[in-house]
Amino acid sequence: MRDKALFNATRRQILTAGGGAVLISSLPLSAFADEADLLRARTDLFGDRPIQEERVTVKLPPIAENGHSVPLSVSVDSPMTDDDYVKQIAILSPRNTLPLIGQFHLTPFSGKAQVSTRIRMSGTQAIQAVAEMSDGSLWAGSTETVVTLAACVVL
Amino acid sequence: MTGIRLSVPETAARGEVVEIKALLRHPMESGFRRGSRGEVIPRDIITRFECDLDGTLVFASDFHPAIAANPLITFHMRATESGVLTFRWTDQNGEVWSDTASIAVT
Repeated sequence: MRDKALFNATRRQILTAGGGAVLISSLPLSAFADEADLLRARTDLFGDRPIQEERVTVKLPPIAENGHSVPLSVSVDSPMTDDDYVKQIAILSPRNTLPLIGQFHLTPFSGKAQVSTRIRMSGTQAIQAVAEMSDGSLWAGSTETVVTLAACVVL
Repeated sequence: MTGIRLSVPETAARGEVVEIKALLRHPMESGFRRGSRGEVIPRDIITRFECDLDGTLVFASDFHPAIAANPLITFHMRATESGVLTFRWTDQNGEVWSDTASIAVT
């Protein structure tokens, strides 16, 4: 009887210790990125220049079952002529370990400011795209996607 | 070279905006994953993609670890001249993969 109680206590200790270990190992994951990281990455790229929330459309599926590969499409409202075109589009994440996902460099030869690729997402978040025009003005847009299976182990 | 898949229209009318797709088979190992023994799998990613038409840059992209494996990129080009499109991927160590496709503008 006494032995059994001892065994139970040991098992509880083991479970508590195990739970603690899980908690500790999950801490860096929950604390690894937030909106501030996105803003910092944005400042690194574009400085303190004003950004207007217009003209940029980010297309993502409303629900992504798998965060390892999520189709992303960005388009910018621009005539794409020799003297008025989109120079750069930066894709930013508020939740991935690294907030900068990718940068697209366009030219007047691009003809149409629309780019698609596949990205990794470590959880439900609003992906932001910032477009830099040839005149230096900055425009942004964002879309939120619910990610069921996060790529947080991967990213 | 194997591992590259391109989608470029063979012909286009002058001034037409055509869609171009380019894919390279590559794991895009993020450097944040761990193997079965807990060791960190080292980062191995493509960092730069470029497409030019007879030496004039049409489109370029900088990839970071959050670009999914086998990076597929879809972009557009205004067809102005016939020529050869060169697609070039460079990885973090400077290794280059490239392929070409020609487009005839009528």
